[in-house]
Amino acid sequence: MMAQEKEVDALTGTETTGHEWDGIRELNTPLPKWWLWVFYVTIVFAVVYTILYPAWPWFNGYTHGILGYSSRAAVRDRIDEMAASRAHWVEQIETTPMSEIVNDPDLLQIATVGGRAVFANNCAPCHGTGATGRPGGYPALVDDDWIWGGTLDAIHTTVMHGIRNGADPEARMSEMPAFGADGILTPQQVSAVAEHVLALSGAGPDNEEGAQIFAENCVACHGELGRGNNELGAPNLTDQIWLYGGTKADIVHQVTKPRQGVMPAWNTRLSDAEIKQVTVYVHSLGGGQ
Amino acid sequence: MSVAVASSAVGPGNHAGFYEDEVIRKFVVATMFWGVVGFLVGTYIAFELAYPVLNLDLPWTTFGRLRPVHTSAVIFAFGGNALLGTSFYVVQRTCRAPLFGGAALGNFVFWGYQAFIVLAASGYVLGITQSKEYAEPEWYTDLWLTIVWVAYLVCFVGTVMRRREPHIYVANWFYLAFIITIAMLHIVNNLAVPVSFFGTKSYIVWSGVQDAMTQWWYGHNAVGFFLTSGFLGIMYYFIPKQAERPVYSYRLSIVHFWTLIFIYIWAGPHHLHYTALPDWTQTLGMVFSIVLWMPSWGGMINGVMTLSGAWDKLRTDPILRFLVVSVAFYGMSTFEGPMMSIKAVNSLSHYTDWTIGHVHSGALGWVAMISFGAVYFLVPRLWNRQRLYSLRLVTYHFWISTIGIVLYITAMWISGIMQGLMWRAYDSLGFLQYSFIETVEAMHPYYVIRALGGLFFLIGSLVMVYNLVRTVRGDLRREAAFERPRAAVAPNAAE
Repeated sequence: MMAQEKEVDALTGTETTGHEWDGIRELNTPLPKWWLWVFYVTIVFAVVYTILYPAWPWFNGYTHGILGYSSRAAVRDRIDEMAASRAHWVEQIETTPMSEIVNDPDLLQIATVGGRAVFANNCAPCHGTGATGRPGGYPALVDDDWIWGGTLDAIHTTVMHGIRNGADPEARMSEMPAFGADGILTPQQVSAVAEHVLALSGAGPDNEEGAQIFAENCVACHGELGRGNNELGAPNLTDQIWLYGGTKADIVHQVTKPRQGVMPAWNTRLSDAEIKQVTVYVHSLGGGQ
Repeated sequence: MSVAVASSAVGPGNHAGFYEDEVIRKFVVATMFWGVVGFLVGTYIAFELAYPVLNLDLPWTTFGRLRPVHTSAVIFAFGGNALLGTSFYVVQRTCRAPLFGGAALGNFVFWGYQAFIVLAASGYVLGITQSKEYAEPEWYTDLWLTIVWVAYLVCFVGTVMRRREPHIYVANWFYLAFIITIAMLHIVNNLAVPVSFFGTKSYIVWSGVQDAMTQWWYGHNAVGFFLTSGFLGIMYYFIPKQAERPVYSYRLSIVHFWTLIFIYIWAGPHHLHYTALPDWTQTLGMVFSIVLWMPSWGGMINGVMTLSGAWDKLRTDPILRFLVVSVAFYGMSTFEGPMMSIKAVNSLSHYTDWTIGHVHSGALGWVAMISFGAVYFLVPRLWNRQRLYSLRLVTYHFWISTIGIVLYITAMWISGIMQGLMWRAYDSLGFLQYSFIETVEAMHPYYVIRALGGLFFLIGSLVMVYNLVRTVRGDLRREAAFERPRAAVAPNAAE
């Protein structure tokens, strides 16, 4: 069973070690030369690398390496480099009023291209990569239907402070009453006013009772003709563009228990130049006023 | 082929009752059961990534909860059962000693280990996790595994201690390194303080970057000692047995064993390049990973070169083909790994799908394929069958899973490198070219290809299960033997 004798393997001509386990024997082939040499080369590489770069720990620190490399310094350098390469136009964006930026072709290009990058990485998750909005209260920014205003200054304020976020005291703030949930209107009245709201945009026959209720309860914010009010964030109800859906059921839901959209304030996260850029970009999407 | 199987199945020292084989049969069944479960969940979550609607809006079926079910099922359930089962088979035969502790201890290890798997997986689905990758089970499951693992160690070492061979065979060195190191990694990484005796929640004693370092010291060496060292143990027994050839180089096995286990344990920091981890630690993680290249390849050389003088068997023996191709995938992964640990490469590859592709070339190509080869070897012997039901089906399984692996790996290479390049692309004015969501959109077609690759792999495993079930039932499929092409016979004889 146990072959203690060394023997020569006929197929390879190599001697075995003389051990055998469950029929398995072992050849005594020397280490392959190329294997050994590549192993040595990797060890030399490792030694040289640890001399050049921070490597070995010691009681009161570590070897810093003769190149003096530090990943924190390296990333700081790259950020400084990037800032320096942008400095000339960042300063211009910062100091030039937006109304002038949009009239200066060079600055306008930098602002819209940079604004697109800012938008894609910060705004797209809610408003969509093409700024076409998403159902459920994320408005499209490519049309001329604005809730809080579509001028450069209005967009700038919205981006800076956000909407109803509870974090920024200057955030846009308004709250539509819960006409149904709080018992201001009966379900029948809510149904009637919803029909009137549909009729405002020509999406159905008018409801006289609804028109009456609308005049008594809604015109203060949405206006006599239902065209909305950007100062109060009251949407235009006559254009068939709906934030929370345009069926009667959707409108009944919204009058009964309104959903109040929220947007974060970006002034704590984006620089002044970035906010101006993204403002110019959004303004340029098609609906800027 | 069938002649060879029949002769070694009744070889000396293999008579019924001497070795404890009943528990190994259970491990083989569990390996295949958990393998199919793991591949199925993996395929499903791959489709979830391509089509998020498959998350079903239920907490239990979201990707976040099913992913650890997949990783634990394939690594610890499929891979673990393959390791435990083969180690019991190999240690008894290469020591010519019955299992220490006999059927009682063996069965405790088996059922204890299955209980660990069920405890872990059911916890994940219910949202019970300590959020450490590959170490998600909470404290009570960790404690139970510790008990089972100590029993396993006693079983294995006890058998080695009462061996009737003067030397310990190389496969057993690798198995023992795997058992001991996993015990150490498991305990240190999971040191935690439970919030209450009857609650599932605990807090890890490590904090901040030290916790991250401990986690990846664990994580990387789970790869090193569970998925590499343990499976090299399988390789060192099953390749020489199936090829009926001596191991290529005893010296190489000694040198690559000691260098592998000494160097692997340092390589963990390469998972934390460009993080809060101190630079010196990152440097050591990188250089040790590069030095690890040749020690890893030592195992590949010994596996592949064992076929010296018997290359023609690859044409006629699909089981040997599984074993040898797995070693080729092992060689590819253990080159790719050191390359990805280089900081400049890592700055592109890290956090991308390239890592996922790398892991799967190791997991599907190396770990799973060598396990398939070992199970194909074991089933006729453990159930005393003349041979497998069908060698043709083994060939189909080989090609179906190989196609699956190639689809998977290439899709993830392309997706990962594209993702990394898109993240770092700047336009001429210095602005980021792409938003994150655009990179996600670009990856979609590759996610579909990857999921199809997984599907191929799953189908292959079902072919295998069918073949094994028929084998155990004692069926033999009438099929022509694989011919040795005449042209190939002559040069081989002259070698």
